[in-house]
Amino acid sequence: MALPKHARVVVIGCGIVGNSVAYHLGRLGWRDIVLLDKGPLPNPGGSTGHASNFIYLVDHSKEMTALTVESVRQYRELGVFTESGGVEVARTPERMQELTRRMASAKSWGIEPVSLVTPAEVKKLVPFINEKIILGGFYTPGVGVVDSLRAGTLMREAGIASGALQVAANTEVTGIDVKAGRVSCVRTTGGDIEVETVVVCSGVWSPRVALMAGAHIALTPAVHQMIDVGPVPRFAGARSDIEHPIVRDMDTNMYERQAGGDLEIGSYAHRPILYNSEDLPSVQQAALSPTEFPFTQADFAPQMEHALELMPEIVGDEKVGVKYAINGILSLTPDGMPVLGESSDVAGLWSASAVWVKEGPGTGKTLAEWMVHGQSEIDVHASDAARFHEHQKTRAHVRARAAEGFNKTYGIVHPAEQWASNRNVRLAPFHQRERELQAFFFEAAGWERPFWYESNAALLDEFGDRITRRTAEWESRWWSPIINAEHLAMRQRAGIFDLSAFTIFDITGMGALSAVQNVALRQMDVPVGRNVYTPVLSPHGGFKSDLTIMRLGDEQFRVVTGGASGMSDKKWFRDHLPADGSAQLHDLTSAMSTIGLWGPRARDILSAATSADVSNEGFKFGTCRWIDVGTVRVLASRISYVGDLGWELYVPMEQGLLLWDTLWEAGRPHGLAACGIGVYGTTGRLEKSYRAHGNELETEYNVVEAGMSAPRVKAEDFVGKEAHLRHREEEPAAILCSLTVDNHTSKSGEKRYMLGREPIVERDGKRIVDRKGRGSYVTSAGAGPSVGKHILMAYLPPDKAHEGEELAVEYMGERYAVSVAVVGATPLFDPENLRVKA
Amino acid sequence: MTVLVLVEDGEPSQQTLTLARTWSDSLHSVRMDAVTPFAPDAIAAIVQRAADALSAAAVFAAGTDRGNDVMARVAARTGLPFAANCIAATAGEVVEVTRQRWGGSLLEKSLMMTVRPLLTTAPYAFRAAEGFTTIAVDVQRYIDELDPKDLVVRVAEHIDPPGGGVSLAEAKVVVSGGRGVGSKEGFAIIEELAGLLGGRVGCSRVVTSAGWRPHSDQVGQTGTKISPDLYIACGISGATQHMAGCKGAKKILAINADPQAPIMSLADYSVVGDLKEVVPAISAEIRKRR
Amino acid sequence: MKILVCVKRVPFTGGKMVLAADSRSLETRHLGFTISPHEECGVEEAVRIIEASGGESVVVTLGPPEAVEQLRDAMALGIDRAIHLQTDGDEWDGEATADAITAAIRAEEASGQFDLIFFGNESADACGFQVGLRVAYALGRPCVTGLKGVKLEGSSVRCEQDTGAGRDVYVVPLPAVVTVKEGLNLPRYPSVPGRMRAARKPVSMQTPARPEQSLNLEELSVPGGPGRQTKLLGHGGAAAPAVVEMLRDIGVA
Repeated sequence: MALPKHARVVVIGCGIVGNSVAYHLGRLGWRDIVLLDKGPLPNPGGSTGHASNFIYLVDHSKEMTALTVESVRQYRELGVFTESGGVEVARTPERMQELTRRMASAKSWGIEPVSLVTPAEVKKLVPFINEKIILGGFYTPGVGVVDSLRAGTLMREAGIASGALQVAANTEVTGIDVKAGRVSCVRTTGGDIEVETVVVCSGVWSPRVALMAGAHIALTPAVHQMIDVGPVPRFAGARSDIEHPIVRDMDTNMYERQAGGDLEIGSYAHRPILYNSEDLPSVQQAALSPTEFPFTQADFAPQMEHALELMPEIVGDEKVGVKYAINGILSLTPDGMPVLGESSDVAGLWSASAVWVKEGPGTGKTLAEWMVHGQSEIDVHASDAARFHEHQKTRAHVRARAAEGFNKTYGIVHPAEQWASNRNVRLAPFHQRERELQAFFFEAAGWERPFWYESNAALLDEFGDRITRRTAEWESRWWSPIINAEHLAMRQRAGIFDLSAFTIFDITGMGALSAVQNVALRQMDVPVGRNVYTPVLSPHGGFKSDLTIMRLGDEQFRVVTGGASGMSDKKWFRDHLPADGSAQLHDLTSAMSTIGLWGPRARDILSAATSADVSNEGFKFGTCRWIDVGTVRVLASRISYVGDLGWELYVPMEQGLLLWDTLWEAGRPHGLAACGIGVYGTTGRLEKSYRAHGNELETEYNVVEAGMSAPRVKAEDFVGKEAHLRHREEEPAAILCSLTVDNHTSKSGEKRYMLGREPIVERDGKRIVDRKGRGSYVTSAGAGPSVGKHILMAYLPPDKAHEGEELAVEYMGERYAVSVAVVGATPLFDPENLRVKA
Repeated sequence: MTVLVLVEDGEPSQQTLTLARTWSDSLHSVRMDAVTPFAPDAIAAIVQRAADALSAAAVFAAGTDRGNDVMARVAARTGLPFAANCIAATAGEVVEVTRQRWGGSLLEKSLMMTVRPLLTTAPYAFRAAEGFTTIAVDVQRYIDELDPKDLVVRVAEHIDPPGGGVSLAEAKVVVSGGRGVGSKEGFAIIEELAGLLGGRVGCSRVVTSAGWRPHSDQVGQTGTKISPDLYIACGISGATQHMAGCKGAKKILAINADPQAPIMSLADYSVVGDLKEVVPAISAEIRKRR
Repeated sequence: MKILVCVKRVPFTGGKMVLAADSRSLETRHLGFTISPHEECGVEEAVRIIEASGGESVVVTLGPPEAVEQLRDAMALGIDRAIHLQTDGDEWDGEATADAITAAIRAEEASGQFDLIFFGNESADACGFQVGLRVAYALGRPCVTGLKGVKLEGSSVRCEQDTGAGRDVYVVPLPAVVTVKEGLNLPRYPSVPGRMRAARKPVSMQTPARPEQSLNLEELSVPGGPGRQTKLLGHGGAAAPAVVEMLRDIGVA
């Protein structure tokens, strides 16, 4: 078939992802869609072709669960889903506890039915299991198996039938031309196609394809071992591919599923075996397929023992042979999430990569919505292709983190768990000082940030009973009571914070004002020297981000945002610069360091270090200006994310250490404490009911629901305005509230502390769902040392959003009483905001 | 200089004679059926003695089962090196040979350090000239002097092939199925087409390993090597192991959903498509035209 | 009954032979390795004989350190123990290979003779057609090659050779050497317990010195030549008329 000379979009890759992206683009009205693959159809030889094809529904990630659930809906609609049920079995008490967390996630994300089952019940479900070695299981009846190749074929056919789609198999992309930073032409072995948009859905080859356009896709091909044993006498009469529940043997990182007359055994337990995209063999060179590598027996030896233990009847049968064994190649990313969205390297180059069969169609739909409407129904910020900082796109980083993450595929991963590999890649200028103070570092966007300082242990005695101790191992992990002590020291005296992980960029030029007006909800035409905290809305009026913008000049605005969302926010601003080139974006992240100084003594300390007027009258809240601190010229911004008097101090990177030392010296007489991000991001923030992007703020919730709508809406146009105006007219479907835990004591008598993402339910355990179908869950959780409470934030339907409303939170298989403390944005601590304005 | 050629029961292999003639115009021959029933050690003993008597510069045979068998025995008895399935061998102090590996999928150039190379020639691998003649060695003396232990290995019985009909190796048309056929039952359409063309059914190694067809149907390096007028390969990727068995076919038609499958560029004719659709359509078309 | 099977580690090739940079070996980076197919049937046959009549089976290979994988594969199918004649990966010619195996057999037979020794008819890669016979001669035992049927009958073995036109039958006394071909049997798949047992079975390792070779590999090449010009007759069932035209043109329909 001859390729067209021009296409609206070329989708590269006919795996489950490419097929569904192309299909959904057509469904949403796009035409002139061309779908290519270098391999044959229906199985072009990528990872889809050897996938085990089963789908478990519950993941701790809300985003991943939503993509999976949507995928299952589509697979069912296509008639390629066979429900089999699935049991995740536990061999250890730790895993049993983890399964209660899975129950909680299921409830938070609305996956029903699910249940914890006893070994005897597992045996009933899976008669060939050795129930003696397990302690129980987590049963999801809705688990099933799909025919992903058939699903792809059906989607292609529908796309072709609608006239929207042309498909060319056996057509290899040889180049992607870029003109003025934008894709212009896809060169293939079947001819060249001029394009507006390209979507790279090439799985393990995606990095290679993207690189043709000069773009980076941070994934690595990696091995997942699978064997197929049979014939299994028990399955001899099997009438279909799957008739028994699929078992995940979580503690050994393995799964076992019936596949017709055989049993398929897969493993994520072996050593990480990584490849590079350019090293994969061609169809001709490969003995099986380019993504089915020769099996390395030695890596699987312990897994055989494990499989034998769990399913001796089948695996121990001398007549059951290993019929097939491969090192299947799949995609891994440095943070375990897919790579979705437009590249920040090249305009018009989109990616839907590192997507597995279980989330394929949902991802296809999501990406198509994003491309067509500028926003998807499911918030996929954690998968945003633009999320990666430069160092995170390097091969060394991708490989190190993928290797570390691989064995966590079925792992028990603590929500605060830190990566061990490739650390110390971005260091604050005062990093050495932090080491001297025995900082415990967490990582943010590659930056090493103190989460607390062990040297502050002495504060524990000072604050004594006001500091809650945790006895349960789970919530003591990645935590220290010192965080609470630092918090109280800040509230009582002052704290100094390392905020180097901020992403900072300037918007300058004649069009700068209109550029920032266009993306910010709040009025940006403010006097020079004002700082404005503003939501950034998605086209549908949800939260794209929230950040601070300082007006430094008539034509200069400085945007400050978090490290995690920094790259994605930067792309958003860049994409919304005026088309006429009248405004420019300059990234200052690596030029500026930031120190936070807050607490009742902050002014005393700063004034000791500067001759500038930092009095309340001389330096009002909400303003910013340059001040001299010794020989350092500092941009000081009076603002606070912890609810106390103080400043963010922006300093040239090379003078950061000098500023730190100066403030430290000045603060000594005032009892200045170094405070970690545990205070900044959790305790200080939660006491003040400050929202955080990715927790409370997502595209799925709007400004009114978040309790952040201002009395008036600016006259100027901005992204999401129409939707925002509409939301202001509606009764909100949910309202963000702060709740406090009434009773922490578990049945065993131990006090327990929630960490976030747990379901908020009625006292009798009934799930709470708003009228848009969104369940209530804990968006953020943490201690409020000054208020003496454990604080949970959650969206609640209006009928539950009343102060004093008695509800419950489910945690580790038990329910704990909670009450609504405040509705909306009113803080628990210092509700009049006297301190920040002092 | 003279060379000795071991010839098969019937006509000598022109292939072998062609290569032998590049060494010498003087070709002497020993027949494989000098001793009947066939006794390979006895033939090897005769060859050894005849070569000595003639001071043969080299010994040649065709690279058939028996040719390679007897030549390896000669090698074992004499301690001489043996290169099987050669397509070229140049005389000299060091003999440079080009021989087949992997059933002909690769060529090896090697140097043989020997006074008397033992060489067999690869069937079909190079163009044979016609019309060479050999001088038959009078072997009766050697037969009379045979050591009884060289008659221990000797054909004791011959079993005729079952069923009659042409063998796979001799069929004029072979229709083969591979992994793409999908199952034992899937071969019905292959059998139908083979039947319509008066041919035999073949298959690839994957198929016999899966137990869908008997090994006697397998075409390939470790199966049967065939040389039909037409070979139809359905759903066969064309792995080297398979191509080693069918490259003797005069014409090859490949039917495969994957136009990039290696066989699609090794065939004379190709049809891109699902064999489950294409093969019945061909059968229907043949019927229609009858 | 005591049986020996000789196997060779060979790459499992795909559709295209790719040579290493020095053109002296195959590029095997993307390839798995296996026991040469004929020998897989030798392993299966040995296991069946021992299962039926009792005794001991041994597998031997001459090959690089990684060839222990193939020894384990054979033991996973039921072979009792293994002898690894370890090389540094350089190829050995037929003569040198046979000498090393012969020496290993002689040493091994100090504790009892092998009644039957299996070889493949030829290795999948080198296709030398000679190691089994050379070993048989060195040991002074009868050898029948290319077998698709092996049956023990008292103190002799009945050997069936496929001639393409039926079968030739040989009956030779034990001890004997046989070389077999694929199709002799359908080898079993290894069971998981078999695999696990194989990991614990003994492998005795020896490192014979590589002697002077009388057949020295200089260079490998992929045969070129004019090849075939492929004519595309069409797509899907619609190609049927063109196919039948072609069949008529070449005179087969």
